[in-house]
Amino acid sequence: MEDKDIKKLASLARIKISEDEGKGFIKDMESILSYVSEIGEVDTGGVNPETLELKNVFREDTNPYKEGIFTEDILNEAPKTEKGYIKVKKIL
Amino acid sequence: MQIDLAKLTVKEARDHMRAGDFSCVELVELYLDVAKNKNGDINAYIEIYDDVLEKAKEADGRIKNGESGELLGIPLAMKDNILVKGKKASASSRILENYTAVYDATVTEKLKNAGAVFLGRTNMDEFAMGSSTESSYYGPTKNPIDTDRVPGGSSGGSAAALAMNGALASLGSDTGGSIRQPASFCGLVGLKPTYGAVSRFGLMAMASSLDQIGPIGKSVEDTEILFKVIKGYDHMDSTSSKKADEDVLEDKKQLTIGVPANLLEMPGIDKDVLENFNHSIESLKKAGFGIKEIKLEYAKYSLPAYYIIMPAEVSSNLARFDGVKYGFLKEGENLLEDYLQTRGEGFGKETRRRIMLGTYVLSAGYYDAYYNKANAVRSLIIEDFNKAFKGVDLIATPTTPTPAFKIGEKSKDPLAMYLSDIFTAPANIAGIPSISIPSGVAERDGKNLPLGLQLMATHFREDLLFGVGKAFEKI
Repeated sequence: MEDKDIKKLASLARIKISEDEGKGFIKDMESILSYVSEIGEVDTGGVNPETLELKNVFREDTNPYKEGIFTEDILNEAPKTEKGYIKVKKIL
Repeated sequence: MQIDLAKLTVKEARDHMRAGDFSCVELVELYLDVAKNKNGDINAYIEIYDDVLEKAKEADGRIKNGESGELLGIPLAMKDNILVKGKKASASSRILENYTAVYDATVTEKLKNAGAVFLGRTNMDEFAMGSSTESSYYGPTKNPIDTDRVPGGSSGGSAAALAMNGALASLGSDTGGSIRQPASFCGLVGLKPTYGAVSRFGLMAMASSLDQIGPIGKSVEDTEILFKVIKGYDHMDSTSSKKADEDVLEDKKQLTIGVPANLLEMPGIDKDVLENFNHSIESLKKAGFGIKEIKLEYAKYSLPAYYIIMPAEVSSNLARFDGVKYGFLKEGENLLEDYLQTRGEGFGKETRRRIMLGTYVLSAGYYDAYYNKANAVRSLIIEDFNKAFKGVDLIATPTTPTPAFKIGEKSKDPLAMYLSDIFTAPANIAGIPSISIPSGVAERDGKNLPLGLQLMATHFREDLLFGVGKAFEKI
């Protein structure tokens, strides 16, 4: 792993890190990745796909709450709001 | 009557308050005193709530009226990642330093309905990422048994609050050992329930296929009382299971405990820990339990698989912290800079490291080798346990490979810290219930440091953990 790989990862993760910290992360990541790579030893060819079968647990999008009952509480937690909306910098 | 906080249990406190031996206000005043005297040094609580005495008075009124809530007047501590409406909840992170919960977690609502009184919120590793409570934005928590040492983590504050006699019981969350390991380091009982047994609605998500809320207490019975209050199906948590509401009817006379010998041969396990564990197994044998050596072929891959699956889920769960909807915002020149700076300064180092690790194992080109492979290994581990539980009722291991380590000893070496979870992570990977029970001590620097015995059972068989746990406590 090189400087540019760490920079790419930080940018994908939307995290600003300093040059120094990036160098420290290279060392940490290499030791962690070398440890977790132990799972490469395991023959997973015969894994039963049903053991970890995933199913949709989302509820139907019905019976919404009455509009506005939580708006004030929720907006109170937002760093920037305007006229009942959350405000962000323009992106266009 | 004179109250001995060190010995008092939930059940005794409840009986005494009902009998009028002491009031909830008297009990709470004692805890507030302890917090005032000791918390500056121990740092178990981030905040003591300002309405504790008011709530205690309300509980006393209800006790006088003859009401009989399961936890009426019982003072509890809450981990800082579980929501209590109107109170701050920060997951011990700068990014949520000023966040106020806008609703109650399901467990909070259940505890309130049962009459519990919340003393305050406890310190933790930031977003529950750690095994020592050193990664908190609010500084480390110390182990009350030896203040040079860590209380374990991530629920270190919830364990230390009890160990300093600053609460009767507490709630924590456990993703890879975060309830059981601090319980073990502080001489307490900690339960990680079956995946799906306790609703996570209102728990800040870390790794959603692994997280569970559970109790920490001074006895097996106390954790059982709390577990029965908080468990149950909840339509607000899509991973909650209806099985959580079913009663177990089977009542076996002779129980067999499996000992996975090959797991005990892994490197890095302290000699005193192994000796204490062998002694515990001997005692259980003498007490009449069947003991059977078993082999868990794949369980030793739980920890490496865990440190792929967990950061992958972390990187996705923590994407919501963007300085837009809630929490800390550090402004930059444009929206992208807002995100980069908010997350760069709002998250601590370990959190940043795990998000980046998760981003790496999920990125194109590495996804199959890491994330998919880890999930395939996870399937093998689950089958491993399923097979084992056909021959034994419970599986025992030590809870931790060492007694409590020193503050600063592992905080510079993430991998060394990760290895603390070697015995606890398998239960999260397999989704099975697991409990840690005090099993003796190891002497270090003239101090007796607690050790723990871990018992695991198959899904939704917490009853077996409580049954054998109570028998083990009496030995």
